[in-house]
Amino acid sequence: MAIGKAAIEAVGVTKIFQSSGQDSLKALDNVSVTIGENEFFTLLGPSGCGKTTLLRLIAGFDFPTDGQILLHGQDIAPLPPFQRPVNTVFQSYALFPHMTVGQNIGFGLEMQGKPKAQVAARVEQMLRLVQMEELKNRRTSQISGGQQQRVALARALAPEPKVLLLDEPLSALDYKLRKEMQIELKRLQSETGITFIFVTHDQEEALTMSDRIAVMSKGKILQVGSPRDIYDRPAVRFVANFIGETNFLEGEVVSTAKGQAKIALDAGATIAAGLGEGATPSGRVTVVVRPEHASVVAALGKATLTGKLQNIVYFGTDTHYHVNLNGGGEFTVRHQNVHAGALAFEKGDKVGVLFGAEAARVLRD
Amino acid sequence: MATPREIAMAAEKRDIRNRWLLSAPALIIIFLAAIGPLFVMLLYSFMAKGDYGDVKFGQFSLDGWFNVFLTRDIFDDTLTFADAHLSILWRSISLSLITTVTTLFFGFPTAYFIATRPQNQRDTWLFVVTIPFWTNILIRTFAMQEVLRNEGIINSVLRAMHLIDSPIQIMFTNWAVLFGMVYVYLPLMVLPLYASMEKIDFRLVEAGYDLYATRLQVLRRIIIPLVKPGIIAGSILVFIPSLGAYVTPRVLGGGKSMMLGNLIELQFGQGRDWPLGAALSITLMVVVTLALLVYVRNASKGGGGNG
Ligand SMILES: Nc1ncnc2c1ncn2[C@@H]1O[C@H](COP(=O)(O)OP(=O)(O)O)[C@@H](O)[C@H]1O
Ligand SMILES: [Mg+2]
Repeated sequence: MAIGKAAIEAVGVTKIFQSSGQDSLKALDNVSVTIGENEFFTLLGPSGCGKTTLLRLIAGFDFPTDGQILLHGQDIAPLPPFQRPVNTVFQSYALFPHMTVGQNIGFGLEMQGKPKAQVAARVEQMLRLVQMEELKNRRTSQISGGQQQRVALARALAPEPKVLLLDEPLSALDYKLRKEMQIELKRLQSETGITFIFVTHDQEEALTMSDRIAVMSKGKILQVGSPRDIYDRPAVRFVANFIGETNFLEGEVVSTAKGQAKIALDAGATIAAGLGEGATPSGRVTVVVRPEHASVVAALGKATLTGKLQNIVYFGTDTHYHVNLNGGGEFTVRHQNVHAGALAFEKGDKVGVLFGAEAARVLRD
Repeated sequence: MATPREIAMAAEKRDIRNRWLLSAPALIIIFLAAIGPLFVMLLYSFMAKGDYGDVKFGQFSLDGWFNVFLTRDIFDDTLTFADAHLSILWRSISLSLITTVTTLFFGFPTAYFIATRPQNQRDTWLFVVTIPFWTNILIRTFAMQEVLRNEGIINSVLRAMHLIDSPIQIMFTNWAVLFGMVYVYLPLMVLPLYASMEKIDFRLVEAGYDLYATRLQVLRRIIIPLVKPGIIAGSILVFIPSLGAYVTPRVLGGGKSMMLGNLIELQFGQGRDWPLGAALSITLMVVVTLALLVYVRNASKGGGGNG
């Protein structure tokens, strides 16, 4: 997807936490990213990779050690958090326990000095938006986790921020509620047109909800792209590994030409594989193939690689075939179970694995 | 044969009896140490005073209570309001209120400071706050005298800086009593304030900033309502002993800035009027109870959201 006008830009942002005396910790390492207006942008990465830190820098609770954060092209470093048109849905919700649901939602507007009538009208509107009209006068301690999460969302959306930051807002909810809230969040984002910066460590959540995803690890952004980009064309080993399952094949570069490379795999065959933009690899490389982008075939002559079927695992919607490659190594193929019927293969069969150049991808590392 | 129901009821009875037995020592102590003396006081306040102190047992008299509020002229027996008692009562209440407000004013930032230190430093700070408790109150008060008297630290410093020519009289004024009481009772304010501040989720403060509240608004709308239990507890812990304070006004206030505690002591000592002393004690208790009722009711009513 093309990025429209930039809402938030991070330029070379580094954040170092000085832990008392000894070693300091680089929570963010030279992070640069541009997030467009009206975008549903996700920061995806394992726990401790610096997602919350980046959000806190944008919200203004912390300051970058180095680098700049721009909002609509303006450096926001001089603005304290209460002057930034940015609101946060906290991981713990952080609802005010001494206020009712309605008072929580109206708090931001009240602090902005909006007239009482306007605040009240907006609170009603927000309550309708998150379907919580009946609970307006409840204390926040008297509502369920899912309802608290909606209140936190309504509270952050009420002042109509330019950017909404959501720090793992769904991680405390159970599976079913999480699914519902994912749809709800998507709806709210498209209805309000507000830029959402959404943090999660759940790859499925990231793939289903985002316009674009930034995959983070150890304080760095490794790859930014649409869910399809990230899934089909991972740039580095960490991304390929963190999102979905994948097969790694080692090999040697034979030649490269416009976006493709010929790779002599250790497993025997020489294959064509896609290259990242501007990449000109040489020497030893790793190629990745998603299990569902390959198929198991009986005709060994047509196959890309050959091997012996070591195991078959039936999952209901699909079946996994684990193949021991003749050249060494293992390869997993996922077939969707299109129609009920007997399996075409049996454990121990000699089989071929077939995939095309578009399914194989050369990693940068 | 006992039915299951009867067995259960018997067990419950046994349970209740055991509970009473187990709490008996505590109940006995409460009766002997707390309620008993109060009862004695109440009785004494309704007896005639003895000639050299004590009371005349069995001789009912309302003189004690009478003397709390009125004075009988020695020569012509006319009755006038006991101005001296009322002004002492008023001084006690106002000095205690000012002490409470002052300790709150200084204790709040102190407690906030401690609560926002890293976990491993907080104990050290709390320890520092409680150090004054390690010394006897009398000694601490005499130390305060050393600071406040005409040749004391404050006056010496001001003189060395040529800000004053002759010493300021601080000792034996209400100011001296106030200084002393704030100093003595400050830890009693800091500790409960700290206890409730420590429980604050500081993400709520961030949420406040995030929602456009300025520092002052965060303090007023979020922090103060959340530490209200600590403010109430601290105020009670400071106000009650201040009202009955005895050592501090005696040492720093002398005869001129007497408080209720000193007045009561006087009746049991030189005054030799035990019924009056007892009646004054009970008056003090009633004042404290009323003040607490009013305060707690107002404080908890204000707690609903708009703080
Ligand atoms: N205030 C802080 N002081 C010291 N280290 C911190 C602080 N906040 C975060 N960190 C460290 O920075 C790293 C990134 O943390 P965080 O951004 O919270 O990760 P994530 O949200 O991705 O789980 C972690 O190693 C964490 O321990
Ligand atoms: Mg986090």
